Amino acid sequence: MTASPLGYLGHAAGVRAQAILPLTWFTLSVSIVVCLIIGAMLWAAVRRGPRNNAGGDVASVAVERGPNGTRWISVGLAVSAVPLAITLIWTMITLAAIAGPPSNPDLVLDITARQWWWEVQYDSPQPSEQFTTANEIHIPVGARVLVRLHASDVIHSFWVPALSGKTDAIPGQTNATWIQAGAAGRYLGQCSEYCGYQHAHMAFEVVAEPQAEFDRWRASQLASAAAPSTDSQSRGQALVEYRCGLCHRVRGTDAGAVMAPDLTHVMSRRTLAAGTLLNNPGNLAGWIENPQALKPGNQMPNQFLSAKQLSDTLAYLETLK
Amino acid sequence: MRQPDFRTPVIGADSVSHEARLLSLWETSPGLKGFLATVDHKQIGIRYIVTAFIFLAIGGLEALVMRMQLAGPNLSLLTPEQYNQLFSTHGMTMIFLYASPILSGFANYLWPLLLGSRDMAFPRLNALGYWIYLASGLFLYAGFLTGNGPNDGWFNYVPYASRDFNPGLNEDFYALGMVFLGISTTVGAANFVVTAFRTRAPGMSVNRLPILVWGTLTASIANLIVVPAVSLAFFLLWMDRQFGTHFFDPAGGGQPLLWQHLFWIFGHPWVYAIVLPAMGMVSDGLPVFCRRPLVGYSLVALSTVATMILGFGVWVHHMFATGLPALGLAFFSGASIVITLPSAVAVFAWLATIWLGKPVITTAFLFFSSMILLFVIGGVSGFMTASVPVDWQLTDTYFVVAHLHYVLIGINVFPVVGATYFWFPKMTGRKLDERLGRWNFWTMFLGFNIAFLPMHLTGLLGMPRRVYTYNDYGGWQALNLITSIGSLVLAIGVLLFFINVIRSLRLGAPAGKNPWDAPTLEWSVSSPPPPYNFAVIPTVASRHPLWEGRLGTDGGLSSLDRGMLLDSGKETIGTSALDAEPDMVLEMPGDSFAPLALAVGLAVTFVGLLLRTWPAAGAGGVIVALAILAWLWPRRELREREPAHG
Repeated sequence: MTASPLGYLGHAAGVRAQAILPLTWFTLSVSIVVCLIIGAMLWAAVRRGPRNNAGGDVASVAVERGPNGTRWISVGLAVSAVPLAITLIWTMITLAAIAGPPSNPDLVLDITARQWWWEVQYDSPQPSEQFTTANEIHIPVGARVLVRLHASDVIHSFWVPALSGKTDAIPGQTNATWIQAGAAGRYLGQCSEYCGYQHAHMAFEVVAEPQAEFDRWRASQLASAAAPSTDSQSRGQALVEYRCGLCHRVRGTDAGAVMAPDLTHVMSRRTLAAGTLLNNPGNLAGWIENPQALKPGNQMPNQFLSAKQLSDTLAYLETLK
Repeated sequence: MRQPDFRTPVIGADSVSHEARLLSLWETSPGLKGFLATVDHKQIGIRYIVTAFIFLAIGGLEALVMRMQLAGPNLSLLTPEQYNQLFSTHGMTMIFLYASPILSGFANYLWPLLLGSRDMAFPRLNALGYWIYLASGLFLYAGFLTGNGPNDGWFNYVPYASRDFNPGLNEDFYALGMVFLGISTTVGAANFVVTAFRTRAPGMSVNRLPILVWGTLTASIANLIVVPAVSLAFFLLWMDRQFGTHFFDPAGGGQPLLWQHLFWIFGHPWVYAIVLPAMGMVSDGLPVFCRRPLVGYSLVALSTVATMILGFGVWVHHMFATGLPALGLAFFSGASIVITLPSAVAVFAWLATIWLGKPVITTAFLFFSSMILLFVIGGVSGFMTASVPVDWQLTDTYFVVAHLHYVLIGINVFPVVGATYFWFPKMTGRKLDERLGRWNFWTMFLGFNIAFLPMHLTGLLGMPRRVYTYNDYGGWQALNLITSIGSLVLAIGVLLFFINVIRSLRLGAPAGKNPWDAPTLEWSVSSPPPPYNFAVIPTVASRHPLWEGRLGTDGGLSSLDRGMLLDSGKETIGTSALDAEPDMVLEMPGDSFAPLALAVGLAVTFVGLLLRTWPAAGAGGVIVALAILAWLWPRRELREREPAHG
């Protein structure tokens, strides 16, 4: 069976997930062994019964007081207490090790969970170094990343199984969690608290990359959108400003709303609509025309663009790398 | 002051004229009047059981539709909203309208028979509990059938349940329906608590109570403590939605987490409330088929209580990911791990009972004994979620769905079906068919495990719960297909059970008084029992009144044929709380329309509140007041008399 990108038994790439993994395996193994032992004892106990009584005539078997048997309980409890105590201690040690966010993080993200996507703000003491993106989180390998979780509407939960367990994003409070990737890679994340119609399609990705690549990525994200270079792109930009700009932002243009994912570098992202579709021109066109068929109930209305308008819009959006 | 009317009950033996006299006093009126006005705990118990099984069937059909949608990735049989209403209604149905009421049904039917009493302490309250359960069930389903079912899961987190995100009537139906149903749970629980401490047969001291009574009593005390929390939570939600209060609204200074605390401080003890009585069924039923008393009676009884007490301190394990301080999490994690121990007591007691006994394999035995394994599987997966770091990965994945189904199906449905095979002969006078019973058991057992054992792996592979569709990541497709097939097999098993019940009502083999040669008082009376249960009030000298000839007792023998006659009115005996010394003759009420009228009045009130039609709500309130007035109107025949020593 191939590993699932959301599985957490096979691989752990983050420091926190790596601390949890052996404890998960230990408790799982204890659980399986307990079930096998109890199952075997149950089977053996039932098989000890009168073999000639398949008819189930209960009254024909004499009642006896039998041995007292409370030793079973005391021995059973004593044996059970051992794995429980180990688990308790191991749990507390792991909790102490990974619960608290680092006091001096290398990178601070403010992530706002929304119905049904993730807004990601890169924090910096320098205002000019701050920027906002969506659904794709880049971090440097090895960096301790503090994630401050916010929710703008209902409760969501931030979960990147390969890196870390879940932390809820709850309206009215800021929850802190942290991630630290031990190896480069793309790690799938998913909202894991039920949040309405499209809870199923509220994924994101964490891209852990070497520092140099991360720096390049950040520099490109900080840039504003490039100016259109063809007529079609210009018409597209006008459409994007006029229509998409009601909800979306493209930095450097008149599209300046912040209710929906920032599109300034939308084409740099691997997926669309919080992991619903792979990001390519065909899917993008389909998404713009009919988002309600692809992700029913989501906040984006169908656009009903003419063919020419759509091709112009795509021509422009494709420049937003 | 009324004059105390001292009277010593006549002690005597049963006779035909005595029985005829009791029948005239206790029999429910015939026809529609009797149907609507009965206060007989046996009729009410069977109503609870039938209604709860109907809800089980409905909830099961909902599950099957969901499993069709999830049989493969990216299917679109259901829209997201349809799916969301289905999974929410499925949870509501199974947890609130099946799992708890079915146990109330068995307990209502069985308690007076187990305790050697002629009825519950408050028969009219008993009727009220059922009528409110029925009315609130219909109320909740009226929402679902009009497209306004709950759509935020059974635990209904805010703010998604608030008006801003959920403008329809869905959450109003759910919030008001749950407050309504809470009244039924509360009056039922109060009745059980008083019954347990007041209307036992002389000599039925607390150390002789059947474990089912321990389980239901413990659960009832817990319900009295925790149901107010959830009723309050739903009431506050309704206030937020209808009147713009801000209990849960962060913009107005409210707290979404307040909902979670109020809900789970109810919700987790509730989980024990819907399994402890079922565990009691196993503790009482299993030994009968092992031909010996339960191993470790006292330890099992105490562990029942210990589980419940610890159960009040584990609710935060539903909230490990909510950002609470780690120190607090550590406490609840520890409590959740430790609660394994009292559960283990029961497991080892059952195992030892089978091992040290001579198990006779019947369908009831198969359900009871297989429950031990399902209980352990549901228990160890619960133990895994008790470890905070592990839970941060497990929670809200299908692992938890698998866990809770092992708990609810394994520790509630399996014992309940076993209990039906066990007590159906008492209720109807006919046995369920054993051959069909084997088919019933094996299809349910295999179907259940095919559906839910692989689901643990689905969760470990990361599939989040409550998604209306999914991508095929690493085997999710195959596992989900297996689960869907298993759920169909399970459904066939449940169908065979219903077929067996309906068939055996007419065709079952006559059972006689005691088909299993069982030891407790309910098996000393005819099947089905007469309306007055016991012609003479038994006097109990051991935990096994019907096995005393073979097992002996420490002291004297129980007296089942000779005892207080109590036939000068609709009477039973009130006894002291711990030792069950006779204390007072209790005068029991006859048929009454007041409970039904009160329930109807409440239903009118709740519909009025739902539709914001205040005059209707007020009219309902007037009906309620009149019903209470009629209920409490002083009646000479209910005047109670002082000590009854004999």
